[in-house]
Amino acid sequence: MMKDAKSFNVTRWTPTSRLILGLIAVLLIALAIAPVVASAGVIDRLTVLFVYILLAAMWNALAGFGGLVSIGQHMFFGLGAYLTIRLANTGLDPFASMALAAALVGMISLAVSYLMLHLKGGEFAIAMWVLAALTHRLVNLDPLIQGETGTSLISLNVYEIGVRRIAIYWAGLTAMTALLAALFLLLRSKTGAAIQAIRDSEEAAASIGVNVLGTKRVLFVLAAVGIGLAGAIWLASAISFQPKTYFSVQWTAYMIFMVLVGGIGTFEGAILGAVLFFLIESWFGDAGVWYLIGLGATALFFSLFFPKGLWGAIERRLPHALLPIGYTLSDFSPQEPHSRTANHQRSR
Amino acid sequence: MLNQLIQGILLGGYYALIAIGLSFMFSVMRVINLAHGSLLIVAAYALWFLADTYGVNPFLGLLIVLPLMAGIGWALQRFLLERSARGGSLLPILTTFGLAIVVDNLMFQRFGADTRSLAPFIGDLSWSSFELPGGLFVGKLSVLIFLTAILLVGGLQSLLKFTPLGRAIRATAQDPDTARLVGIDAARASAAAAAIALVTIGIAGAFLGMRGVFDAYAGAPQLLFAFEAAVIGGTGSLWGTLIGGIFLALAQSFGAMVHPQGFLIGGHLAFLAALFYRHFVARQLVADWLRSRARRPA
Amino acid sequence: MLAIEGLDVRHGQLVAVRDVSFSLEQGEILALVGANGAGKTTLLRAIAGAHAPSMGRILLGGEDVTLLPADRRVAAGLALVPEGRRLFADMTVEENLLLGASAGRPGDWTLARIFEAFPILVKRRGAKASSLSGGEQQATAIGRALMSNPNVILLDEVSLGLAPLAVRQVYASLHRLLASGATILLVEQDLTRAMSVASRVACMSEGRIVLDRPIAAVTRDEITDAYFGLNKAGGGNQAAAC
Repeated sequence: MMKDAKSFNVTRWTPTSRLILGLIAVLLIALAIAPVVASAGVIDRLTVLFVYILLAAMWNALAGFGGLVSIGQHMFFGLGAYLTIRLANTGLDPFASMALAAALVGMISLAVSYLMLHLKGGEFAIAMWVLAALTHRLVNLDPLIQGETGTSLISLNVYEIGVRRIAIYWAGLTAMTALLAALFLLLRSKTGAAIQAIRDSEEAAASIGVNVLGTKRVLFVLAAVGIGLAGAIWLASAISFQPKTYFSVQWTAYMIFMVLVGGIGTFEGAILGAVLFFLIESWFGDAGVWYLIGLGATALFFSLFFPKGLWGAIERRLPHALLPIGYTLSDFSPQEPHSRTANHQRSR
Repeated sequence: MLNQLIQGILLGGYYALIAIGLSFMFSVMRVINLAHGSLLIVAAYALWFLADTYGVNPFLGLLIVLPLMAGIGWALQRFLLERSARGGSLLPILTTFGLAIVVDNLMFQRFGADTRSLAPFIGDLSWSSFELPGGLFVGKLSVLIFLTAILLVGGLQSLLKFTPLGRAIRATAQDPDTARLVGIDAARASAAAAAIALVTIGIAGAFLGMRGVFDAYAGAPQLLFAFEAAVIGGTGSLWGTLIGGIFLALAQSFGAMVHPQGFLIGGHLAFLAALFYRHFVARQLVADWLRSRARRPA
Repeated sequence: MLAIEGLDVRHGQLVAVRDVSFSLEQGEILALVGANGAGKTTLLRAIAGAHAPSMGRILLGGEDVTLLPADRRVAAGLALVPEGRRLFADMTVEENLLLGASAGRPGDWTLARIFEAFPILVKRRGAKASSLSGGEQQATAIGRALMSNPNVILLDEVSLGLAPLAVRQVYASLHRLLASGATILLVEQDLTRAMSVASRVACMSEGRIVLDRPIAAVTRDEITDAYFGLNKAGGGNQAAAC
């Protein structure tokens, strides 16, 4: 890009981002050993938070990075839970079932992607919703599920309740960490550069040889696996499975809320949105209908007036991204501190 | 069998009717309105409220509700869609989805969980039927809905084709910048299009309420039916919407014959089959046709 | 009729039109020439209201229209025949022409008179714009602009991409328009053609007007020099003298 490479210093890791990464490592270790001191209630709530972060990050991966707005991601949430029950019913350990279910969800999403990714914009959005509705109906046909009556993940009973709680907590922490790390590494990889290019302009990306469909497929499958895992973890902590509550568009609405408020298309924004949603739910969740009206109105407000979300506003005040997904370009020539653009122009 | 076929076709008229507004907005405003289903229910509730509180016949109530819907459409375009469309083509999806959540829950807050229907306010229209030769019965309301769908599609097509407003709407849909350069107030044309779309939603909402029951959250499934009908018929084509609605209804009836829970599954599968056809078979057919044409002149 | 005062138009960082001023009297035909990228099309689009200028004023019949949106400028009597014609491809010739009357300005131009002025369109009136030949498209585009009964008409590269015969046809019909006393601003690559119809010629280079003179007081060589920016090296004085 720059002919005059000598005068620039291209870095990924700034001191800030190293510091942040160190803090994240400390935080994760603290969370991992939290069950030693934290109460059962706190552990349960934190598990919920992990699921929310996972959901937000995955919907954001699809919409914010892949440009694919889906209103049907609850399909994978429900499928993750359903397949866990199905597999556990064969005698497989419930935790192994959860992992295997997520893998199966990934395979299903891969198959589905060959049809759905041909759709654009709003058509993709609602077509995914239709697909979720169809999956819901098909799951209802399974005799094990007994229609809307549902069933439970009974096999979890082999674990004593205290152990179970901590095991689910760790499963949630591991799933969240693993998928966030996977997304982070993906965005830093060659595919990440392709994702950036597609985000700027799909046609331009295609014209320079970026495999647009393939890149979107990677994100589509990743998001499905992550959301499938979230569904499985939710099932483990709730035990009972009713198709209606899992295949509910409410889940997608939550994902959209978290990402819109946090900041669509930024890695940090989705996490921020999930934390905020978690707090809002803890404080106002009992307000019933007004709580839902508030959520919808907030999403509406952000889509109209702050489409970049809160993180978009915060990011503008920061010198670098907290997490090094892109590259930081610094110029050594002291007289022009902002010569990134200036130099660009000069070279024309 | 013939009876089921006729019932299926008539049900298809209903699907077409609820899909017209969605299809119209998509074809002339390039917006897929996720609040479409919720707005159908808004119209149904408004008519129910007039009938229940003031004893206004729902057909007369339309005289009040349709201008109201037009106003909502105008405001929707001016205050929400126009603004969110500036943020790209994906943002209006989120905006209208947020709107749907707000509208659904506000209706729940106002009208509660009880299901309502307009059927009690339209006399015997809701249950009486015509007898056809061969001992077949078709509901009068179903026939009325089917005819309304045809009239509405025909009316909208004529409006688009033969009136200055229709031409302005089409020109704005194709190329808003050039539309402005030839003297069209593009913002006004889009707002008028939204108002027209909402009027069709008002009419569809009336029949939704007459032919069955509804509650505050009944909009989402209606949105999916409307969307399926529109896609099966070829998104953005109004006459296609009618065909798509019939196709959807027949697939649902067939599904119901195969399995007691097969009604919705049949419809969803027909939708997926239509998508599959459009993206793999139809594209291949077009490619083959072009290839055969390219060969011929040589 | 039309006056431009100190107009600057930017495309992001790039200044496409710099400090352009000129005015057009009723019945005058100004040919605007210049190399590709000199800023002619941007200038026309800014006058028509498709691009907001960053500085300067646009006056139409003495009224300041700088802040009016494009459709209101059409209503005020300004019409642009855009580069590339920009017809509504899915609509018929007749529909395209009728759209030109959207602003509702009263005047002499009607469908019948357009078909009289552009006889090649008569047979094609029900055909989709996308199926027309280049010359037919251009005639439709000009007809569409005339349907708004403009006081000032801006023609952007009407011969671009047309076969020589079609160019002659388009200009033949234009001559009738010119004879009717319309005020015209014409962008044209073909210098000979531009000089044959215009009463005045202006040359743009790198966003500025570097020459602006009545056709009688300018030679072809002077225009060519200005066209290639040759007099730029001569300094500000000479450029101003041009």
